[in-house]
Amino acid sequence: MSYYAQLFYATLPETVLEITALVVLVIDLAFLAKSEVKTRAMSASLLGVLGCGIALWSQSFALSRGVWGLAFPDTRSLLLANIDSAGAAQAGILILTAIALLLPFNPRFTRHVGEFVAVVLMSAAGGLLIAAAQDLLIIFIGLELLSLGLYILTAFAKHSGRSAESAMKYYLFGGMSAAFLLFGFSYLYGITGSTNLDEVMQALHHSNGPSADPLLLVAMVMIAAGLGFKVAAVPFHLWAPDTYEGAPPPAAAFIASVSKVASFALLVSIGIAGARSMEAWYSPHEGFTGPWTLILAIMALASMLFGNLAALAQISVRRLLAYSAIAHAGYMLLALAWFRIDASDHSAIAILYYVLTYGLTTIGAFGAVGVVERATGSDRMDAFLGLHKRNPLLAAVMLVFFLSLAGIPPLVGFWAKFNLFAVVLSAGAGRIPFALVALAVALSAVSLYYYLQVLKRAFVMPAAEDSAAGAENIAADPVRMFVLLVIAAAVVVMGCLPALLQNWIASFYVKL
Amino acid sequence: MLAWTIYLSFAGALIEAILPKSRPGLARAVALLVSIAGFLVAAAGFWHGRGLDRITIVDVPWVPSMGVHYTLAADGISIVLVLLTGLAAIAGVLFSWNIELRTNEFFAFFLALIGGVYGVFLSYDLFLLFVFYEIAIVPKYFLIAIWGSTRREYAAMKLALYSFVGSAMVLIGLLAAYATSGSHSTGLVQLAQAGLPPHFQMWAFPLVFIGFGILAGMWPFHTWAPTGHVAAPTAASMVLAGVIMKLGAYGCLRVAMGLFPHGLDPWGFSFLGIGSWRDVFAVLAVIGIVYGALVALVQSDFKFVIGYSSVSHMGFVLLGLMTLNQIGLTGAVLQMFSHGVLAGLLFAIVGRIVYERTHTRQLDELERMHLSRRMPLAAAAFVIAGMASMGLPGFSGFVAELQVLAGSWRANPWWTAVAGVGIVVGVAYTWRALQKAFFTDARPTAEDHPKGGWHDLAPITWPEYAGFGLLGLASLWVGLYPRILLDAIEPAVKALPFVAGGAQ
Repeated sequence: MSYYAQLFYATLPETVLEITALVVLVIDLAFLAKSEVKTRAMSASLLGVLGCGIALWSQSFALSRGVWGLAFPDTRSLLLANIDSAGAAQAGILILTAIALLLPFNPRFTRHVGEFVAVVLMSAAGGLLIAAAQDLLIIFIGLELLSLGLYILTAFAKHSGRSAESAMKYYLFGGMSAAFLLFGFSYLYGITGSTNLDEVMQALHHSNGPSADPLLLVAMVMIAAGLGFKVAAVPFHLWAPDTYEGAPPPAAAFIASVSKVASFALLVSIGIAGARSMEAWYSPHEGFTGPWTLILAIMALASMLFGNLAALAQISVRRLLAYSAIAHAGYMLLALAWFRIDASDHSAIAILYYVLTYGLTTIGAFGAVGVVERATGSDRMDAFLGLHKRNPLLAAVMLVFFLSLAGIPPLVGFWAKFNLFAVVLSAGAGRIPFALVALAVALSAVSLYYYLQVLKRAFVMPAAEDSAAGAENIAADPVRMFVLLVIAAAVVVMGCLPALLQNWIASFYVKL
Repeated sequence: MLAWTIYLSFAGALIEAILPKSRPGLARAVALLVSIAGFLVAAAGFWHGRGLDRITIVDVPWVPSMGVHYTLAADGISIVLVLLTGLAAIAGVLFSWNIELRTNEFFAFFLALIGGVYGVFLSYDLFLLFVFYEIAIVPKYFLIAIWGSTRREYAAMKLALYSFVGSAMVLIGLLAAYATSGSHSTGLVQLAQAGLPPHFQMWAFPLVFIGFGILAGMWPFHTWAPTGHVAAPTAASMVLAGVIMKLGAYGCLRVAMGLFPHGLDPWGFSFLGIGSWRDVFAVLAVIGIVYGALVALVQSDFKFVIGYSSVSHMGFVLLGLMTLNQIGLTGAVLQMFSHGVLAGLLFAIVGRIVYERTHTRQLDELERMHLSRRMPLAAAAFVIAGMASMGLPGFSGFVAELQVLAGSWRANPWWTAVAGVGIVVGVAYTWRALQKAFFTDARPTAEDHPKGGWHDLAPITWPEYAGFGLLGLASLWVGLYPRILLDAIEPAVKALPFVAGGAQ
């Protein structure tokens, strides 16, 4: 197979997404310019979903042709890997993007639906890229492609001050963290002489580590800071609550799910490199293997604690979801800190399982919140009062999503958590990983409190009687309701049969 | 076959959720049918499995990559508790016949709760057991928060958080045991045979025991119980006291003691006569018995009296577990059954019969209502239930507490001596509540005497008669003929590895 053929197959899903984005734009601007927003939104969304479907198919097509990645022809060093965790993450990104595209049917926040869908698709292409990237430069390009799209999406509600403000914050923080990341990458390149992850890892393996070259520590901290921003880990989380609250609902759902999945897929590939190097340099002491573990563990601890505690005080449900996202990121960072490298890839699978199910549940939660927000104009907790009467089906669906986020069996969030924590314990023997896992489990109990605060309003407390808006029914358009129902069903079914998703993820792991 | 108790209940919950909202009668009928069907299955399973060893109902791989199996099995202890759940479910439905607010949802949550409880009692995989255990938490919250009374949202949240903290402790122990055993299995049998290191068991045991003990109302973690019981609607407090607290005790027995028996070993040093976790928990149980009884003695709210009496009675269960001998453990399991039935009966009288007719639970106000004349049947029922609860021979409570005390005498006579005080106080608080609520000396004044005469209270309805009959007969039957349960319990207790004189 020629190099260009390989390039074509390896980047087929990204290409399909980009072409779809252009097709969406052309159709929207050229053929539907005179139509109603609703028609245009429908056509754009459906085209986008179709594009995701084709991309998904093309991914498996490329895999079936034996294209498992893309390497430089002369050095054989990998640029992209389309298998293992990357393959599963890419498929997950495509599916979640398709779901996120189905939510903004008949949007209110903008008339530019074609552009919205196109930006979502391009951003998702960036996500696909970083999930597969094996080269520092490609990682950076993919990350920027993803992030730029997200900034635009956040600002998409042009008439809303909050949207503009949060986009500005997001952009400034994002630009800063990208600079950190690039700075860290440049040190890594300077030390190892390569931008390829595998070669970097080899070079580090043969070096003596930070004891010989203290600049490595700087590189580690900078990279952790840059990536910590992407996953909204404390102390790089400040953008998250504002963005989740200010962005238009479908954009927020996209940020909370697809971008999370892509970023954690990237963290897994970098985490493997980090864990390998640490193993080479240090022997475990009290569960710690070197500074990389320490940095991630501190970020995990801070995120778990701060996310869960700050969520307790929220009255805006979207902010609550933002803080809970920080907490969930903390749990996953825990598994990255104690990353077990073995033949069966337990750690990588557990993290992917977690982030994929988390992304799915979060899209559902944002979708449900979006319905309420559209009807009542607010995402305050009080907007949910008496939801069980105003829209019983929506209330039931929310029950599933929020309990899954809290980790109540038999919903899928519980399995994800159990799997993740079991992997941490098996990877890191020692008091500290155990104490952190124990803390994480205890904080899950705290998280039940704030999730129940929302459900309490939906199920227990009566609708507010003083306001006229408090008692009327909340109507959801049928497509959106159907999508939410399907997601809820998936959360329940995957929770009852946890092996389904596990096997699906494992099916991407090709043993060479 | 016993597995159908679980599936039937969950299916019933689902049906309730989709039934038309405008037909509350239909919802009640479905709930009753489902709970009776569940009970019949449980009874048939009990009849069939009594005296046998453990019967495995189903055992299929569930999550192969983690070695989790979907294992349902039952031994003598399980089937007794499953039978109790069946009884409590029917009685709960009967005593919630008058629920008009969101009837469908009420029974949906109720049946989901019952399904989870059946599941816990039948699980033989630690993981599966935990899943069912958590499934039971959420419906409890909604049952209390939506249909409850006094400070219901506070009580519901307190209960949910206490339960969840307890289950978090259990989950930590579960994860640790899973990671430590290295056997790649979460089956209770496999984990018990995995040879977990004794020093690990030494700290895992108290963690998991307390985790489950919270739900069993172990002092000093019992405070959710009285507030929860009081706030809950009648059926929920019946199930809460009757069955949910048994979940905790069952978890203590099956998981904490079953998996980490070395946690009961002596520490090698002793402080104030306490030299092992066994002593610690036995002392806590004894404190719970006496403390619960004393606090019940001074309550002004009728339902709080029963609420604290539950703490006291559950103390006997925990004490029985800590005796580690055949007779004490048998008594503990029997006490679980007995208290399940009697607490249900008492809560039904207080919550459904008295409170919903007089709209007060304050003993001072009830004192002036002369309920023994106005509701003779309720008074008679309370006399019977109260007698049974204070341990009068001829009822289930007597057989159970006698065995627990006999067992604890062998283990440590001091425990028995102090717990005996609890029994005496138990007589006192039951007597006091009985007298204040029903048989007061105060002559009715003109002010008390309503113009319409004594017949203003709604008559007792057929579901209430049926519920009384069911629970009363169950207690009487077990009291007169305890063999029927003992035949099932004794071999199962003998098979436990940590029982003195049992199979080692």
